[in-house]
Amino acid sequence: MAALWIAASLAFLQFALGVVVLRQNREDLARTIAPLAVAQAALCGLAFLVLMLLFLRSDMSVLLVATNSHSEKPWLYKFAGTWGNHEGSMLLWVAILGVAGATVALFERALRADTKIATLTVQAAISLGFYVFLLVASNPFARIAGVTEGQGLNPLLQDPGLAFHPPTLYIGYVGMSAAFSFAIGALITRDVTPSFARAMRPWILGAWIFLTIGITAGSYWAYYELGWGGWWFWDPVENASLMPWLAATALFHSVTVLATRDALRTWTIMLSCVAFSMSMVGTFLVRSGILTSVHSFAVDPKRGIFILGLLAIYICGALALFALRVGTISEGKRFEPVSREGLLVINNLLLSVILVVVMVGTLYPLALEAFTGQKISVGAPFFNATTGPLALALVAFMAVGPLLRWRHDGGRDLIGKLAIPLLVSVITLGAVYFFAGKAALLPVMGLVVAAGVAVGSVAPLWKRNLARTPLFTWGMVIAHLGCAVSIAGMAADSAFMKEALVPMRVGDTRSIGDFRVTFEDVAQVPGPNYDALQATLRAERSNGDSWALKPALHRFSTPAMVTNEAAIRTFWNGQLYVVVGDERPGNVWVIRMWWKPFVTLIWAGGLMIAGGGFLSLIGRVQRNAAGRKAKRLSAA
Amino acid sequence: MKRSWVFWLPVAASIAMFATFFVALVRPADRTIVSQLVGQPLPAFDAPAAMPDQAGTSSRDYADGKPRLLNVFASWCGPCVAEIPVLLQLQAMGVEINGVAIHDKPEDLARFFAENGNPYARVGLDQGGRAQIAFGSAGVPETFIIDGKGRVVDQHIGVITEADIPDILAKLKGS
Amino acid sequence: MRRFLIAATLCLAQPVLGQDYAEESLPDVNQEAQAVALMDTLRCVVCQGQPISGSNADLARDMRRLVRERIAAGESPETVRAWLVSRYGQWVSLKPEVNELTAPLWLIPIIAMGGAALLYSRRFKRKKK
Repeated sequence: MAALWIAASLAFLQFALGVVVLRQNREDLARTIAPLAVAQAALCGLAFLVLMLLFLRSDMSVLLVATNSHSEKPWLYKFAGTWGNHEGSMLLWVAILGVAGATVALFERALRADTKIATLTVQAAISLGFYVFLLVASNPFARIAGVTEGQGLNPLLQDPGLAFHPPTLYIGYVGMSAAFSFAIGALITRDVTPSFARAMRPWILGAWIFLTIGITAGSYWAYYELGWGGWWFWDPVENASLMPWLAATALFHSVTVLATRDALRTWTIMLSCVAFSMSMVGTFLVRSGILTSVHSFAVDPKRGIFILGLLAIYICGALALFALRVGTISEGKRFEPVSREGLLVINNLLLSVILVVVMVGTLYPLALEAFTGQKISVGAPFFNATTGPLALALVAFMAVGPLLRWRHDGGRDLIGKLAIPLLVSVITLGAVYFFAGKAALLPVMGLVVAAGVAVGSVAPLWKRNLARTPLFTWGMVIAHLGCAVSIAGMAADSAFMKEALVPMRVGDTRSIGDFRVTFEDVAQVPGPNYDALQATLRAERSNGDSWALKPALHRFSTPAMVTNEAAIRTFWNGQLYVVVGDERPGNVWVIRMWWKPFVTLIWAGGLMIAGGGFLSLIGRVQRNAAGRKAKRLSAA
Repeated sequence: MKRSWVFWLPVAASIAMFATFFVALVRPADRTIVSQLVGQPLPAFDAPAAMPDQAGTSSRDYADGKPRLLNVFASWCGPCVAEIPVLLQLQAMGVEINGVAIHDKPEDLARFFAENGNPYARVGLDQGGRAQIAFGSAGVPETFIIDGKGRVVDQHIGVITEADIPDILAKLKGS
Repeated sequence: MRRFLIAATLCLAQPVLGQDYAEESLPDVNQEAQAVALMDTLRCVVCQGQPISGSNADLARDMRRLVRERIAAGESPETVRAWLVSRYGQWVSLKPEVNELTAPLWLIPIIAMGGAALLYSRRFKRKKK
């Protein structure tokens, strides 16, 4: 608790000093800012560690622990329970914010000194607001007397996935604050230049990697934990994590244009503001409980208004500063429409449109009800119909972009480069219709585009010396290929999935896809803090190979709830997904089975995207370091 | 030349967004789902008798000139128990109440009535939630006020308390 | 005789397993696909955050049964949707209708596309001057 107060004061000091330094050019004070940022991060990190310790020790005198934990819970979930609730997750948020600031303070060398100080000042301003929120409205260390046992954690959240999914997303969300602070810092010091962009790029990329991993992991978690075979539900909370990702994806593409070609200056700055704004709005939407979602969190209007006020100040302030200073940023270099920059502009515009669509779709029911009292729901049909074609167009352009030269390109050369991906797409189209017959338009187009893009994305490596190809080019190729892989998975799953929902008795056999599934047994199995009812089924392929599947129902007592544990068997070409459902009179059980062809590609693609981002990050950091070294040498 | 107003658009958009959030926070969304049948004729349904000595109820019972209450309830529902004394009061005042029991069994209902009393003129068993869905009802207990022509005058969602009695009587009389 | 036996076993098989389409696929694959697609776009009125296809609430189960039975009886998915909307309101459908209330929802994507196209064309037109 004290640590938090001190951290807050340090943040205030950091902010105040930053302002003084920037206003009066005080060289002597400038040096104190970075250590302040580090100390503040350390204290906030300490506060979070203390909270974690309280959870691990099940200290029921702390209100938060008593309402969200239980002494009989496995240690992993005690540990994860630290951020499985409002106060804890906000503390984690602020701790990451502090650490992000400290990392910038310690490791950022490429940035102009005054811009760096402005950046750290902005970072401190954000931290300060959230410290005040924690201390005033949402104290995670509030005490309670006379409680001996906790209320437990929602069983759906008792999963290894929970231990890593929220922190990863949060690192991504909050890491975006670095981009935001950089952008505002640069606006303050009027330093929007390619070298600034090169300094900012690794931070964006880093946060984006975490966001990508977080979203991919969240999707897989929902897929196996909720037990209804879906991997993306267009749930408001999912959308809240998708929006910053879209903005961040657009951002690091545009920052690349700024860094290499010195164009798109204003646009890049605006996107930086938007990306972190989306992160904050996302956190707000999830934590304020104003949206109805599967991820039901507690509603507390007072806290909501507090966070809302903070967000309004930061976001409107940033955008207003941008609007005021926009005249001072020159537009940068020009380029032809058919050029790599031109395609990156298309990429950015399409991503922005998708972002707008997702945002409007998510918030429209809220706005309509707030202003007219009418209730509507906006779900998958809307999002699929609108973002589906946009995303396909985006990905199709993605195949073309990396093949183009900077500044201008065109003519026969281009047609030659595009011929192979196009040909592959056409062949895929034929193959899909020939082998699979009719399927919905969007998934078929998805497969077609994915095939073309897969080829197109590897094309930049064509005729190159692979050993000398820079790491960030590899990163781009892998990430783009990952997109193709992921889309192929989504399309294959939605076009060719097989589903069966059948009542079975022990001994019955049903077929699904290539498998014959026999219901062998059903038994009670005790679990650590639940009772399990486990069914045993045997899946057999025509070649005689067979596998045991053990789906189960878990009955928890604190709180009382039943969860469905799917049995999932992964094959190279898909997954067999089995869930046990209702019991009917006469020892009949309803068994739900899916054959999901190539569904794993969705997440494999997601990991490839993140991995590609990681390679790029290493490549860029190396090159930045090498560039600085060269500069020092030439100066000496 | 740059047109500066364009760059204020994001600010305007974000202010609009925050205004929405603010309104949504101050007036939290009403999560109850209201039936669209208020003002409409009661839809066709058939809930066969639940008790050996009491008739079931179907849509044919409602257009005979007498206003009534149609109560959607269940023996497994805690709040329904709390509502029974008020329904008994209404019954004593001469209000006819028909009940439709959701996901229920005759033996459970018999126990429920033995413990709490039976305010219903007719009790029907809803089969597979068909009547409930036909009514546009999203939970138990819910009560529909039906006029003599078999129209739904109003829907009361949740437990009826003593405070609701005058309003219900007025609506029954007015219809 | 043989045909009679098959018919007899079919009759026998049914009461044993007890057809309950809340938790059982329709025998017709196309109808089942239609029903599932529809259930994915109907919102559960009890848990509210989930479509009825993924909810364990009793009412969601009842709605699944209703959807399968009506589709099996030959109704089109959109008729079934409209029927449920006439009971629970627009809220129950995850597929927003196009009407004056939802006009902004459907128009904003189009406007955003238009805005993006405008930005794109202006950027390259200015250059040519």
